[in-house]
Amino acid sequence: MDGVVQLQRQLLDYTALLFQEGFLNDQFTQLQQLQDETNPDFVVEVVSLFFEDSERLLNELANTLDQQSIDFRKVDSHVHQLKGSSSSIGAQRVQNVCIAFRNFCDAQNTEGCLKCLQQVKNEYSLVKNKLETLFKLEQQILAAGGSIPM
Amino acid sequence: MEISGVLSRRNMPDEIGGFDLSPGHSEEEAHVLAVDDSLVDRKVIERLLKISSCKVTAVDSGRRALQFLGLDEEKNSAALDGLKVDLIITDYCMPGMTGYELLKKIKESSTFRETPVVIMSSENILTRIDRCLEEGAEDFIVKPVKLSDVKRLKDYMTREDRDGNEGRGINKRKLGEACDVSPSFSSSPPSISSSSSSWSAPSSPTSLDSPTRRLKTSTCD
Repeated sequence: MDGVVQLQRQLLDYTALLFQEGFLNDQFTQLQQLQDETNPDFVVEVVSLFFEDSERLLNELANTLDQQSIDFRKVDSHVHQLKGSSSSIGAQRVQNVCIAFRNFCDAQNTEGCLKCLQQVKNEYSLVKNKLETLFKLEQQILAAGGSIPM
Repeated sequence: MEISGVLSRRNMPDEIGGFDLSPGHSEEEAHVLAVDDSLVDRKVIERLLKISSCKVTAVDSGRRALQFLGLDEEKNSAALDGLKVDLIITDYCMPGMTGYELLKKIKESSTFRETPVVIMSSENILTRIDRCLEEGAEDFIVKPVKLSDVKRLKDYMTREDRDGNEGRGINKRKLGEACDVSPSFSSSPPSISSSSSSWSAPSSPTSLDSPTRRLKTSTCD
């Protein structure tokens, strides 16, 4: 069972690192605590919804900011939604960029908004990557007959 | 979508789209109607409620909530027979009908005005909180919603049955944390910092009525 123990340690270390680096916050832990035998895929399901939702919103944001005359209320509405869902899964860094993004919307600052869009795309991409790695580790543990450590 | 037997009612259409019903409604378990336009948040609140032994109906808009409660203007039917809703929990910022507007409609109805309504919002804006409480909301939860929030709701859901208006707690947990105020295209004073621990305000909402704590409301009023 050495392999399983090693994988479990890897998972714990990796998760801890994500928290340290600010990619995830306590809300993610909350979600993990809602997972049990009756609902073993809860976190993956919620995070998948977050991925779908975010990708839709990022596309909308790109379109809205691409217009001749930018509708900042619309931009703000999209960012508000993205901020909400990232907050609900504990994606701290995405959430933080959204906060800055909304300030630029309020100021109707196009350049600021475009910069934030780029930033939020980056942060989203990073956290998506990290979460997918985390889920892969979990799968490996389960496949090796182990259980997910908390 | 499949509708459980508890909704059998002559005036109900055969199918109502957009509802997510948990099967096997039981008389013992509290039944909560959750309203949120965010798919992610609906999934989370649903799980939070189920893990707290509540039956959940989750809908994605105020309009659908009113349809479910039989309060939709387009229908002449009164409330559904045998449909017990012990709590309505709704997001504030929703397209179409806001949670505040939904709250008002519920409080205007003879059938559901006694049902406790809780508002959720990602934005910690005192004028918003005040307004909801004044309109009769039982509580106001700042998102993201945690298990401890839902556990607290359960407490006063049962208390409500016995004691009427007792136990008007307000979740001020997030007051001290940095949050964006979203001043809606005009400048506004920053969020007030105060104790970040949870406290219960006295039952009268006027305790919040301090001029220096008033903040401009955001876009979705």
